[in-house]
Amino acid sequence: MSLTIKGLSFGYRHLPLFEAIEATDIRRGEITAVVGPNGVGKSSLFRLVAGLLKPQAGAIVLDDVDLGALSSSKRHETVFFLSQHVGMRAALSVFDVVLLARKSGRGGRASASDIMRVEEVLDQLGIGMLSDRPVTDLSGGQQQLVGMAQALVRDPQILLLDEPTSALDLRRQLEVMELVQRVTESRGIVTLVALHDLGLASRFAKRFMLLGDGRIAADGVPHDVLSGDAIEAAYGVGIHVERVSTGTLMVDAYLRRA
Amino acid sequence: MSDLSLSTGAGARYHRRTLQRLGYVAGAVLLLALALVVDVSVGPGNFSLREVTGTILDPGSYGSKLDVVVWNVRLPVAIMAVLVGAMLGIAGAQMQTILNNPLADPFTLGISSAASFGAALAIALGISFVPFAGPFLVTANAFLFALATSIILFLFTRMRGVTIETFVLVGIAMFFTFNALLAFIQYQSSETQLQQIIFWMMGSLARATWTKISVCLALLALVVPICMKRSWMLTALSMGDERASSLGVPVARLRLEMLACISILASTAVAFVGTIGFIGLVGPHIARMLVGEDQRYFLPVSAASGAIILSVASTLSKGITPGVIYPIGIITALVGVPFFLSLILSVRRESWR
Repeated sequence: MSLTIKGLSFGYRHLPLFEAIEATDIRRGEITAVVGPNGVGKSSLFRLVAGLLKPQAGAIVLDDVDLGALSSSKRHETVFFLSQHVGMRAALSVFDVVLLARKSGRGGRASASDIMRVEEVLDQLGIGMLSDRPVTDLSGGQQQLVGMAQALVRDPQILLLDEPTSALDLRRQLEVMELVQRVTESRGIVTLVALHDLGLASRFAKRFMLLGDGRIAADGVPHDVLSGDAIEAAYGVGIHVERVSTGTLMVDAYLRRA
Repeated sequence: MSDLSLSTGAGARYHRRTLQRLGYVAGAVLLLALALVVDVSVGPGNFSLREVTGTILDPGSYGSKLDVVVWNVRLPVAIMAVLVGAMLGIAGAQMQTILNNPLADPFTLGISSAASFGAALAIALGISFVPFAGPFLVTANAFLFALATSIILFLFTRMRGVTIETFVLVGIAMFFTFNALLAFIQYQSSETQLQQIIFWMMGSLARATWTKISVCLALLALVVPICMKRSWMLTALSMGDERASSLGVPVARLRLEMLACISILASTAVAFVGTIGFIGLVGPHIARMLVGEDQRYFLPVSAASGAIILSVASTLSKGITPGVIYPIGIITALVGVPFFLSLILSVRRESWR
């Protein structure tokens, strides 16, 4: 039971991006980190999986089902892409936007169970007390938590999180990632997270996929990818990785001067 | 739901806010009904409210003179004010939604300039682009040009990508083109024609007829269900394009569909009664302050606010100087602006919060 990316090619008009990308057995119940430098195509890869961009070739398959063959509404029910973009300017309350995310494209009125699910997720993210506040009143970090709540209430099969902790403080980063881990394991979903913080990524992800140069430059358990040559080449830095006594990886990056 | 209303959690607070929002919708409708009654009962001729209502309920009961006044003049004008106000309120709300900009109004993209040019062309040169238009020449021309602008806008955005930037840039181009063409016609026309053009542009409800009312009703009956069916998509659109498309909203298609709805409402409104600004801008703002941008409440309250403002303006246009009916376009802004400013000052926090 897993996600497979088969020979995926994609490019913007004058900018070829991916050339026949292959990734097999991206497992349900595990967090997979997608890493790589700016502009390498992490967000574009997510948009392709979410069906927001059309691939030029190749397929994305979840448990033998080609996502490209799904209807648009089924696709958006299966996959949710939480973009990096944080700001929302709508005259709507936190509860409004999260409930809307739950009901979107699914028709019908909000049932008592919908409302309870929204309440539950808001409490899990520690923003239950913000539920009546207009989203425009929130700080960047709070807005990011609202985005995360929108992602979680949809109960997708594939969760794509693009830099979900970029505006959060240290504690919130850990709490949110722990919640994502719990949801991923308990619901058995495929979760891909793009993260710049390699240390945070290695703490929660079982697998690292390194994007570089239009292909997957390295793919494996975090320690192997972090200690390989490909990641140093992709970022253009030196990387020193060490397992500390708590069992987590310490990632130390440094600029190499000629 | 009864267990929810007893709890104090976020869900219960949401439930209470929903009831409050429904209350605002009901309140707006009641206020509108009141405004309509007042509008019908005010006017030249000093008839009592009883005589007027009696004639409405039972035509002929107070004589044929009153029959003519009420059924041929006052009722069409008052109902037209309500319908046009609602059309402009809806068109404005949707324009602000698809452009994601609270400063937009139905005429932002040049529809009114095009309509004015069409009308001026008919008035000054007697040129019609609609065969057999006869007495409806001016109206038909105005409508045709307004609609043509929308179609040009539509085609351009289809070619260039359905983004807010394309909409606004092409819209500005339309706006200036038609304003320049209008000025050209005005420069060429005689004094009487010039006066007619100016009067047309100021807007007048005196052009109301039962036929026009049925057309407006039919259009509202067409457009309102379209909007309500897409209410969740439109609400999601206010969270930004990317979040909306993640939730499965076909953003580009939705924008084009709404542009079509806006065009048909705004073109008809401007062709029938001339350019009445302000309502399409302020109606949605009042709605936003009262119920927020959840379209299930935002749309009806925008429509009702627009209708109330135009209805009150219609009353005042008859009431300021006895025997004189001022152009509705002038009165609307003069009445609306102080009201709007006082609302901004008195409502510190939006009441939906």
